[in-house]
Amino acid sequence: MVIVSTPSTGDPHTMPDAGYRIYALAGVALFAIGFYSLLVQAHLLRRIMALNVMGSGVFLVYIALGAQTPGPIPDPVPHAMVLTGIVVSVCATGLALALVDRVQAAAGDAEPGEDA
Amino acid sequence: MTSAWAMAWLILTPLVAAALAFAFPRLGRSLALGTAGVIGLAVAHLMRLVFANGVQTHLVSGWGAPLGIELRADGLSVLMLIVTALIGVAIALYSQRYFVSEHDDEALHRERYFWPLFLFLWTALDALYLSADIFNLYVTLEMLGFAAVTLLALAGTRAALTAALRYLFVSLSASLFYLLGVGLVYGQCGTVDLPSLAAQARSGPALWVALALMTGGLIAKAALFPLHGWLPPAHANAPAPVSALLSALVVKGPFYILLRLWFEAFPALMTPAVAQVFGALGAAAILWGSVNALFQPRLKLLIAYSTVAQLGYLFLLFPLAASREGGFMAWSGGLMLLGAHACAKTAMFLTAGNILHAAGHDRIKDLDGITHVLPVSVFAFGLAGMSLIGLPPSSGFAGKWLLLNAALAQGQWWWVAVMILGSLLAAAYIVRMLAHAFTRVNEPKTPNPIPPVMEGTALALALLAVVLGFASPWAAELLRVGAPVVGPIVMGGSVP
Amino acid sequence: MTSRVMVGVLSLAMCAALGWAVQSLPVRPTGLTGASLAKLPESGVTNPVTAVLLNYRGYDTLLEVGVLLLAIVAVWSLRRGEWPASDLHDRPLLMSLLRVVLPVLVLAAGYLLWIGAFAPGGAFQGGALLGGAIVLVMLGGLARRVLAYDRLLRAGLVLGVIVFAAVCAVTMLLTGGLLQFPAGTGGTWIMVIESAALVSIGLTLGLLYFGGRPNGDRLDSEHRRPAHHA
Repeated sequence: MVIVSTPSTGDPHTMPDAGYRIYALAGVALFAIGFYSLLVQAHLLRRIMALNVMGSGVFLVYIALGAQTPGPIPDPVPHAMVLTGIVVSVCATGLALALVDRVQAAAGDAEPGEDA
Repeated sequence: MTSAWAMAWLILTPLVAAALAFAFPRLGRSLALGTAGVIGLAVAHLMRLVFANGVQTHLVSGWGAPLGIELRADGLSVLMLIVTALIGVAIALYSQRYFVSEHDDEALHRERYFWPLFLFLWTALDALYLSADIFNLYVTLEMLGFAAVTLLALAGTRAALTAALRYLFVSLSASLFYLLGVGLVYGQCGTVDLPSLAAQARSGPALWVALALMTGGLIAKAALFPLHGWLPPAHANAPAPVSALLSALVVKGPFYILLRLWFEAFPALMTPAVAQVFGALGAAAILWGSVNALFQPRLKLLIAYSTVAQLGYLFLLFPLAASREGGFMAWSGGLMLLGAHACAKTAMFLTAGNILHAAGHDRIKDLDGITHVLPVSVFAFGLAGMSLIGLPPSSGFAGKWLLLNAALAQGQWWWVAVMILGSLLAAAYIVRMLAHAFTRVNEPKTPNPIPPVMEGTALALALLAVVLGFASPWAAELLRVGAPVVGPIVMGGSVP
Repeated sequence: MTSRVMVGVLSLAMCAALGWAVQSLPVRPTGLTGASLAKLPESGVTNPVTAVLLNYRGYDTLLEVGVLLLAIVAVWSLRRGEWPASDLHDRPLLMSLLRVVLPVLVLAAGYLLWIGAFAPGGAFQGGALLGGAIVLVMLGGLARRVLAYDRLLRAGLVLGVIVFAAVCAVTMLLTGGLLQFPAGTGGTWIMVIESAALVSIGLTLGLLYFGGRPNGDRLDSEHRRPAHHA
């Protein structure tokens, strides 16, 4: 697996050609961990956190993709996409929490017994 | 008025109306009606432009792709917008009286929040059908999902809330799968613009994985077997107009995106094997959904399982439209079926809502004699059932006829068997409900009164579902504009 | 237990597939850095991320502001919010902190808004700070009466969407294109959109923390008969 960086020409501030990959792989790992927890955890709040972890994984992959540019300035498009994604993620979390509270109030506990 | 203006009206009107409906809750009903009117006019205008001048595009903010976002209206988008507008108008009318039928503060609360949420849903759908940018589609998908989940939760019952939470979890995780796929596409191709992706025509492992991720997410959102489990409790426990919106419109959005991805952006990746897998899942959905519908004690659950089955028909489009010879016939057949299902399913759910109001429950075996109480609604249900089964001259028949002919023309006779079986099962569960409705009763039950507009909209949509079969040549002509597949339409059904 | 194992295997397989996909991505950049930097002078700002967010892909941001509003509408439809169970008298440290931190937060939010045009910052970043300030206010139990001003709250929440849509309408009348700013005025329009968005974003985030519609929400229960509280 090639994640050793190869030196690029010129600017010392540049991310080496493949150096971004470790971050992208970390993002992928977070995504998988989050997905596993989402399916396995029964506690509703932990499921919401699992979704957040998945989201963070996706955002990390985007940022890593934006890092592989020849100059010192990273690609702004993935950054803007991540900003949008974070806002949507916060909204989703807020909605999920409110809904979990309603479900708990109706049922009495946070472990519904069936998985999503 | 240019197409850019039409597109802007289509997206901005419901968005602003939603904001105003939240700021001034009393204006909710009028805002919805006004929006329906504006959208109707805008869709009609856009349709005329597309017929006259072909595919309409607009570069938002003046920047060309891939830097900017492109709005695009071709035959497929316009057809989806027309279907959305038809159902939207019907729901806007139906819901004027639906919530007020119950007299208490909780109903008022539900109505006050229904209107902005409904308008947000409409915004999301219009934005989705006009967008040619896969990241922008993510944002529209999220808006769609949030609105749908919250509308479902408005019912307030424990079953509805649990179903809503399950739907939310599925929706959010599916969106994240989709988003990761978009990221990989950007990493590979440097763009998220659909036409640019189509022009690049790349392939590679990253794109395979990306497409798998996106498809997985979209299939879950479209409730294709085997990821359909969230749908029946959700659609059955929502308030009646919401059930209609969910079945007729919300699940179709992700399906539309799948079409765009596989037929336009990455057609090289759609090997025959992949197409057959889609078809197999669709066939499983048809059979599983129909058989389950047959045994449901509650009317709304029956209708919800019917949705699972009907969505399976749509996925038969993949194996049948991929080829050159029968391609367009299957394409137009599948999409006509989509429109037919939207009208018929809405009519059915609205009818179920009327029955629920009148009788206080929706247990099928206890619905004896409901015809005497709600003749119009039961008639509407029957007409909608006609379209669902696929009886001529309904649009359901037109769609299925085209799909059957396409399957025969390509020698994929196994889909023919599935479709025929599906129609038979549909006939079984429709007749089952009607049989109970038409039985004689000794003591007539005293019903709650139903406002005429509620029965009227259900009937109107059912009539549309039946009559629109005559409009199928026109629909096919519309779909030809910018279609990714070509081919003749052989209405004679000749088998080579 | 076996279902856990199966899910674990599935997740690992997915992780491996994704890792393989990431590995196979081209090493030479295929992104849009060049294009975005090239068009930067015409965009009206000098921060490339702001240019992407509010100019090149401003339509995404329009929908995103819509999603924010949708979220608060949804949460309000679901439940009533509640104040954290705290009393300022028990928390003198919090009160002193608030006295110092709140003005700084509000100032910083405004500063981030202004500087977003040419350095990292912008409406969302400033809005997050503003939201944080509102959360602190709630933690301190202050300004309870503000939540009674229904109309004001709702106006503040919808401000972002309304102003953004108004800018869309006006610029469309001027140039014929959706969100197409007339040449040279991009910076001004962006500042208008961002200022309105800042208010809405901050309010939305803070009220999301509050977790629901304010108690005694009169607008909801305005009707022929008097409202009674659950």
